[in-house]
Parts: sequence; structure tokens; C-alpha cells
Amino acid sequence: MQWLSLALYAASLGCYARILYSPHVWLGRLGTLLLVGGLAAHYFALLDRSRATHTVPYDDLYGSMSLFAWLLAVTYLALELFHWQRTVGAVVTGFLLLWMGALEIFASNNAAVSPKISGALFALHVTLNTWAYSAFCLSFVLSLVYLLQDALLRSRRLGTAFWRFPPLDLLDRMARESVGVGLVALCFGVGSGFVWEHRLSGSFAWADPKVIFTLAILVVYFAYLVLSHRSGWRGSRAALFCALNFVIVLFSYTVVNLYLTHFHRFF
Amino acid sequence: MTTTTATSNAKIQVALLGCSHRTAPVELRERVAFTQQQALEASDELRRQGILEEAVVLSTCNRSELYGVATNDEAAVTEAMELFLTDFHRVPRAELNGRLYRSVGPEAVRHLYRVTSGLDSMMLGEAEILGQVKTAYSHALDHGVTGPVLNRVFQGALEVGKRVRAETEVGARPMSVALAGVKLAERVFGNLKGHSALILGAGAVSEQVVEHLRNRSIGTLRVVNRSFDRAAELAQRMNAQAISWDSLESALRGADIVVTSVSGTNAVLSRAMLEAAIDARGGRPIFVVDLGVPRNVASDAAGAYSLYLYNIDDLGEIVEQNKKAREAEIPRAEAIITEHIAKFEAWRAGLEAGSIVEDLRRHFHQQREQLLREHAARGGDISPAERERMTRLTEELIERVLDRPAERMRSGRGMRGRLGAVEALRHLFGLDDPKGGEGE
Repeated sequence: MQWLSLALYAASLGCYARILYSPHVWLGRLGTLLLVGGLAAHYFALLDRSRATHTVPYDDLYGSMSLFAWLLAVTYLALELFHWQRTVGAVVTGFLLLWMGALEIFASNNAAVSPKISGALFALHVTLNTWAYSAFCLSFVLSLVYLLQDALLRSRRLGTAFWRFPPLDLLDRMARESVGVGLVALCFGVGSGFVWEHRLSGSFAWADPKVIFTLAILVVYFAYLVLSHRSGWRGSRAALFCALNFVIVLFSYTVVNLYLTHFHRFF
Repeated sequence: MTTTTATSNAKIQVALLGCSHRTAPVELRERVAFTQQQALEASDELRRQGILEEAVVLSTCNRSELYGVATNDEAAVTEAMELFLTDFHRVPRAELNGRLYRSVGPEAVRHLYRVTSGLDSMMLGEAEILGQVKTAYSHALDHGVTGPVLNRVFQGALEVGKRVRAETEVGARPMSVALAGVKLAERVFGNLKGHSALILGAGAVSEQVVEHLRNRSIGTLRVVNRSFDRAAELAQRMNAQAISWDSLESALRGADIVVTSVSGTNAVLSRAMLEAAIDARGGRPIFVVDLGVPRNVASDAAGAYSLYLYNIDDLGEIVEQNKKAREAEIPRAEAIITEHIAKFEAWRAGLEAGSIVEDLRRHFHQQREQLLREHAARGGDISPAERERMTRLTEELIERVLDRPAERMRSGRGMRGRLGAVEALRHLFGLDDPKGGEGE
């Protein structure tokens, strides 16, 4: 199923990339359909994995990254259908494929039953946090496209893709909406984590580096939302800030999880 | 009437005669132009005189073209069309010498497909021509001067025009300075509906920009000029709101798009003014099209944050880039055209496959009659009964000879193959030659 989803994502990327240079309406629709197909196949792959591990796929790098990719595609699809805008699809599915490729190369796909932690509240905590990271990742991609478009507009060297990508205003709104989704998911994710932890141990691990970095992520993205409406920040500076914020997310997702935390070391 | 004749005629050929901006100056083009009524009258007349069986006249400011289904041989039909055109407009033929183009067959169809694709337009890829061809065709269709062949040709041409615009970049990018400015503003703000624009001064290009903005349902349009009376006059013409020069700075705050075309030696908008306006707008960008020469916006303003500034040279350069990009798309457009010509030719072959057997039968009958006449002329003695018997036998022979080709024509696999066979038969039996049928 995982390979089928990869193939469908790749085909979707092909369609999305093609419409950047040749605006066939049916090709764009086909790209969306293939993405939906890829999501369905990916969902069943994740379901198989969850059944094997008796929880959401969080317990190893492979499962976590795979869930991340699926949620990224879901969030993008929702934005695409909401704005009826397919031209950033090539960039998002390209990123998605890179991520999935890295996952196949660097992460081991051995689903093992996790005896340690489980339960609905914990599953909700992990899923919401992963979804938040995916939404931030999408805002990162959209911000990069914004910066590229802005640079092209100012350089006056306009290629074919320039005329196809969404206008700056829409890219800005899409990035902010994506961050909004991420912030809401992260707030509920962190909240459910605290409740779950309190039920388990009667205390909160405030000093855990993962918690500190997660709160930092909340702060920087909230700051982005505020600044993106302020004079002197609105536009390319806000887009750059949003893109840089994702570095903290990546750091939290990799270095913090692997080396700095004991409590949140899932893989 | 047209259906019967077109499909039973020896060879179905689309014929074209015309002149365009490529071959004739405007002074000559306007003398051979047709009004809508004249186009229909001309189509009627071409059919009535037997020059064409089906006819459509296409007349725009850049071209006058007669399309039709030929009933005569290639040279004769275009000659007759040219005579008709000169008579109709009372233009001496000598004046049109070398100004007209003519073609028959697939090349005529290709020309029309290139026209609807915008490849033959003065501005490569322009979209207006597609609507003009559609209108000319629909009037001809309603008037009953088209038939199955031209219906097929024109419907195909409209489809080609749409495909070329949908699948290639030939018509995608703006090719005028005014439209380039508006399209770039759309790259910043998206849909311009409800946005506001401020026009400083006036000029031909800025009025074109205003027209494009109006077409996009721009929300507020204000005009400012050093002379308020002049501003009021411009505002009335542009259906905008006039404001005084003193209110310029406050007007800037409310403007998403600024178009300047003020005469004078000093810059009208400084970086400080624009930055203050952007700041007052909460950082929302301002898009400035500076059409003034010398420039109306201070050169250091280009670096202001949230300001998108384009002067006339910038826009000219973008138009030039777009022109090259459109030209690079011509091979893709030509490929679509070739694909549709093949479809039309295949359809035509289907029609001709039916008529070729009839033509051959007629040819053999003529040969038989001639043989009998020659035999009688040489003093051959044939009784009426013998003649009757020979006629019956040769009739049977002709039917037997034609039986297999007819069957193969009906069941032949590829349309291209059928067309090839039709062409070969026409050539071998001299069916294209007006004298061939008479056995010379």
C-alpha cells in the first residue's frame, strides 16, 4: 500500500507539474484525483501499521514520518479545494515525495507492538501534534513559493510558472490559514498531552525540552500571525519569518526527539 | 442542396481567397472589407453564380477572406473568387495584384485554423479573432450558406482556437504595456474586484489601463491632476471620481494600484510619500505603474518595502519577454493544428470514398459511349439489337469491375489509407482532369 501511495503521489506530482507549463483543466483535476487516490492508499498503509502496533503510528521514525506526510497531503488537499488553486500542488507533492523518499531510505519499516503507552487521549495528542507540524510544513512551502514569486516580480524576469502560481495575496492567506490550522491543532495537542500526562502521573513535565520547544513553536507562529498584519512585516518579511520558523519545528521533530528529551523520545 | 452537391461532386475541396495585414496595407484592406450584411450577400452571390457551393466570408479590420467549397478545379475556383471579389468591391484587379493569397485543400483549412489560433494575427495569439470567426460563421450558418463541409471546417477551427489557447502559452501572457501592468497587479492582489486605483494625469496608455481595470470590476477609481478641471474632465470620461492635487497624499493611502502619467520634469511621487502611504495602509502593498517620461516616481522608491514599481521600460521588457514566450509556443500550436487537419482530411476521405465509385462508374460509361461512337465513325456495323446486348454486357462488366473497389472503399481500415486510394484512383483514371473523363 505504501508503494502504491508513493506511485500515486508521483503521478499526481507529474500532473501538477505539467499544468505549470500547459494549463489543461482536466490534467489539474487528474492531479487532484491521483492525490486523493494516494491519500486513500496511504491511509490503508497507516491503518495496517496501527493495527500491528495497536496505536497510532508514533512509536518509530517510519510511522511518525509517514503519518506526517499523510497529514501534510490532507491539509494541502483541503486548502486546494477551499481556494480551488492547484498550481502550488507541484511544490507540495514534490516536497511530499522527497519526505516519503527520505522515509523509505533512512527509516526502518519494522512495525512492532508498543507495550509502553497507548489509549485514545494519547493517540489524539500524537495525531494533533503531528498534524500541527504538517500544517507548519505546508505554510513553509507556501512561504517559499511566496518569496520566489516576490523575487521574480521584483527582478522582472518572469517565467512561465510565474504566471501560473497563485498571486501573492492568496499565497499569503493560504500560509496564514495553514499556520492557523497548525496552531489550533498544536494547542489541542499540547492540551490533550498535559491531560493525559496528569492522568498518568499526576504531574506535568514542564522542564522537558520537547515541551519547551513546543511552547516556543507556539510563540513564534503566533508572532508570525500577528506580524503578518503589521506594517513593515506584512509580505515578504512575514513569509521569510514563517519559513524560518519551520527550522525550529524540524529541530524539535528531529534533534529534540532523538537526543534532548527522554520523556518524548518516541523513536 | 449544398449537401447533395458537395458530397457527390468529384472532389471536395475547401478554397480560400483573402488579403490580410500581412499582404495589404490598411488603405487597401478597408476597400475590400465586408459589412455583416455584405458578407452574407457575397456568400449568396458566390453560390448563386456557381463559384462555390458553400461560402463563409470573414471580414475583420485585419483581414477579408472568402472560404468556400470548390465546385471547379483549383486554379479556376480561386480565379473566379478573385474576379468576384474585385467586382463586388469595384476594385481594379491590378490594385490587388500580389496582395491576395489563395489556397485550395488542406492548406486552406490550415490557414483558417492558424487564424483562429491567433498565429496569423498582427498580435500573436490575440483572442479577439476567435470571437470574430465564430460570429462570421454563425451568421453564415443562420443564413443557410454553409453546408456539411464548411460546418465541419469552421467547427473544427473554433475547437482548434480554444485548444491552442487552453493548451499552449500562445495567448496566455499580456502583449500590451497596459495589460501587462494590470496582469502584474493581479499577480500581487489576485482578483482586482473591489480594489481601488488612483490615476495621476492622463495619457493613451493610462486610459487603456483604466479600461482593463474597469473590465475587472475595480472598486474605486479616483483621478487626480494638477488642474482640478482637467481631473474632473478625465474623471467624467473614465467614469471615476475627481480629487484635487492637494489630496494626493491622502488618496495614495487608499489606493492599491497607482497609474501615473504626468508631464513634467520632476518626480511627482517620492519614496517618502509612498512609504508613508504604505505605513498608513498597515503595510498593505501599493502597485505603481509609472507611464511618465521622464519618470513620475523617484528612482529610489523602487527599493521601498511593499512597493511594486514598474515604469514604461520595465513593462516594455516584460511584453518583449512575453512575445518571445508566445513565439516559442508556435510549434506546439502548429502540432494541434496538424492533428485537426488530419482529422478533417480523414472525414473528407470518408465522404470522398463514397463518391469515387460513382465517379469511376461515370468515367467507364463515358469511355464505353466514346468507344461505341468511334466504332460507328470508323464504319463499324452494329445493329440496334447488338448494341443493346453490348450495352448490357459492358454494364455488367463495369459493375463487376467496380464491385471490389466499392467494397474496399467501404471497409478500408484507415481513413488516411482511403484518402490515399481515392487520390490514386483520381490520378490513375484522370478524374481530376476536366478532359480526362472524355477519354482524351
